[in-house]
Amino acid sequence: MDENILENDESLVALEKRLGISRRSFMQLCTAMAATMGLAKGADAAMVAAVATKKRPSVIWLHFQECTGCTESLLRAEHPTLEKLILDVISLDYHETLFAAAGHQAEAARRSAMKANKGKYLLVVEGAIPTKDNGIYCKVGGQTAIEMLKECAADAAAVVAIGSCASWGGMPSTPPNPTGAKSAGEVLGKVIPNIPGCPPNPYNFLSTVVHFLTFGKLPEVDHIGRPKFAYSRLIHENCERRAHFDAGRFAMEFGDEGHRKGYCLYKLGCKGPETYANCPSILFGDVGNASWPVGTGHPCIGCTEKGVGFAKPIHELAVLKTVVPPVGFPRVVEEQGKGASIGAAALTAAIAGVAAGAGAKMAQNLGKGVKTDEGAGKHEERAES
Amino acid sequence: MSTTHNHPAPAPLGGQLVTPATLILAALVVIALGILAVRFLFGLGAVTNINDGYTWGIWVVYDVVIGSAFACGGYSVALLVYIFNKGEYHPMVRPALLASLFGYTLAGAGVIFDLGRYWNFWHIFWPGYAQVNSVMFEVAVCITAYIIVMWIEFSPAFLEKFGLKDAKKKLSRVLFFIIALGTLLPSMHQSSLGSLLVVFGYQIHPLWQTVLLPLLYLMTALAIGFAIVIFEACLSSSGFKRPLEMHLLGKLSNVMTWMLAAYLAVRVADLVVRGAVPSMFQPNVEALMFWIEMALFVAPLVILARPEARRNPAKLFVAAVCLMLAGFLLRINSFLVGYETGPGWHYFPSVSEIMVSIGMIALEILGYIVLVRYLPIMPKEA
Repeated sequence: MDENILENDESLVALEKRLGISRRSFMQLCTAMAATMGLAKGADAAMVAAVATKKRPSVIWLHFQECTGCTESLLRAEHPTLEKLILDVISLDYHETLFAAAGHQAEAARRSAMKANKGKYLLVVEGAIPTKDNGIYCKVGGQTAIEMLKECAADAAAVVAIGSCASWGGMPSTPPNPTGAKSAGEVLGKVIPNIPGCPPNPYNFLSTVVHFLTFGKLPEVDHIGRPKFAYSRLIHENCERRAHFDAGRFAMEFGDEGHRKGYCLYKLGCKGPETYANCPSILFGDVGNASWPVGTGHPCIGCTEKGVGFAKPIHELAVLKTVVPPVGFPRVVEEQGKGASIGAAALTAAIAGVAAGAGAKMAQNLGKGVKTDEGAGKHEERAES
Repeated sequence: MSTTHNHPAPAPLGGQLVTPATLILAALVVIALGILAVRFLFGLGAVTNINDGYTWGIWVVYDVVIGSAFACGGYSVALLVYIFNKGEYHPMVRPALLASLFGYTLAGAGVIFDLGRYWNFWHIFWPGYAQVNSVMFEVAVCITAYIIVMWIEFSPAFLEKFGLKDAKKKLSRVLFFIIALGTLLPSMHQSSLGSLLVVFGYQIHPLWQTVLLPLLYLMTALAIGFAIVIFEACLSSSGFKRPLEMHLLGKLSNVMTWMLAAYLAVRVADLVVRGAVPSMFQPNVEALMFWIEMALFVAPLVILARPEARRNPAKLFVAAVCLMLAGFLLRINSFLVGYETGPGWHYFPSVSEIMVSIGMIALEILGYIVLVRYLPIMPKEA
């Protein structure tokens, strides 16, 4: 990024005041987001410019069948400026958790924001949508979740599902699924960009939003709508415990020696081998090294993956999508060898004895007078020996 | 081939194949084969004491390193006869070659026993896999080539037996080239067996770690080659009740003692120049083993000091045995006793390992007895 151009940029000076953060930490954040998404060189600069100058996009954030964990994880992020940035980069016009307004006042604000930003606002959906019995199991302001989602999605520039519930149904959709919970995409009848996870990593969401802000479109997604930058690799592929898997060192139960030594959690039911997410790469919660579930010693439950998270028991073995462990493994503790066994020492002594005896006997026989081709010389030598 | 000397043509010895001696040898071979079956079914760990610290046990150090040195009789005699044109030693070539053939072929087989993933053994020869800068590569290719060369060198004995005169005639036209190779190849790999240790660096005790190791290994291999010829001549003369060819053995022992004296001069000078002398006087196993090794190297010189002694079969035999043991200890000491790879690592061969090595020796002797009785190898008795 060209620091000289940005050095005395007015908008950046204004941004420093607006967000109350140093220019350096702001730039670092933008660079980190660009790097997280694997964007080309220069994208960070574009992001800086976009965040600093563009009009903040209006965001409408809907909550349905969920626990608000996604919102909490965004707010609780330890990154010192993140919550400010969330509130300042975007114009959060409707968010049930963060609203000061209440009741019809809040609903009125949503409708006016939708009207003012028609076709330009970003719709974020958190939570699954109950569909059984015409969706009567979740209502806001007298409106069912289905109606509210469809109304808000109609004029949105983009719809993003956050969290596993909105992405693929999540915990509310697990059998027997009494409310008929479905994902936002299923209700809208199309694949929408989604950030699964329970909760998802806030940076994956933030990066997606800033990408939208900078380039006017959402980042590249896979066939089920997950941004490729975050969900194209199995957790297993970048896991810090992967070497233990390959070497056959597994924790067999919680608290055993292998578990305490940080061995692979596959045999405790870790779903890393069948779950796509970037958790091991960018970690979670901004508290440093190993701050993600597997890092703390708990097997991955596969929260981002439909059919894995909340569906499979935690202790059930994962389906190995890539590498199957070998049949034979090297020992965990390599034997260093012991000295001679009694048998081996005795055998060695016996061989030495037999060899010495045979040699002596042989020499004796040769000395006594073996036939040689020069028999004459034999006699003197015998006297000598 | 030598034309200036008239020697009796080699002929089969004939005689009983099934004797108490051959039965005992066969039993030892069967035991070794049984242990090897376990090794190939359940892996090296099931029968050997080798570990990550001591990856080379006696199957490498004895079967391959010492085994091939003990198989240098053919090399030493061929060098003498064909390179230094001492045709008088010609009757010794075939018996010496036969022992070498067995020693080397079994050394090659011994490598397979010791390879954890023996099914990948061909990788070392394959262009895509071969690491041409490695000492191990040199040793592997060279020993393999030498085994093939020796079989060709030895093939006239088979051709004579089966009366293939034309083939023998054709072969004898190119045999000089094969023989030249047969003297070049052992010079290369016997020294490289020492180079293997140079690569080990500080892990080898200063009494043995020197850049001269290749030279020391080569010189001792040559000297052992002569000692083996004397040893085998004594054994077969008493075993097969044949007269000893003292006029040849006496002269051979001359060459052997000079080679040995040269070796000791180089060895001691090297120890002094490297400042390894204080290590000789430390109260530890390495120093003790060093003194035993040196005593065994010096012993043949003392025993054979006077020319008359070189005409005494008993003294020749004892001197040859001392020299063989000395060469044996030099290799055991430098590869195992003087090897220290870090705290906690230990190695002493297991009973099974020892029994496999014993079985290999038994197979060599057994094969030698059978072939000498069956093929034209020993000179016909006058």
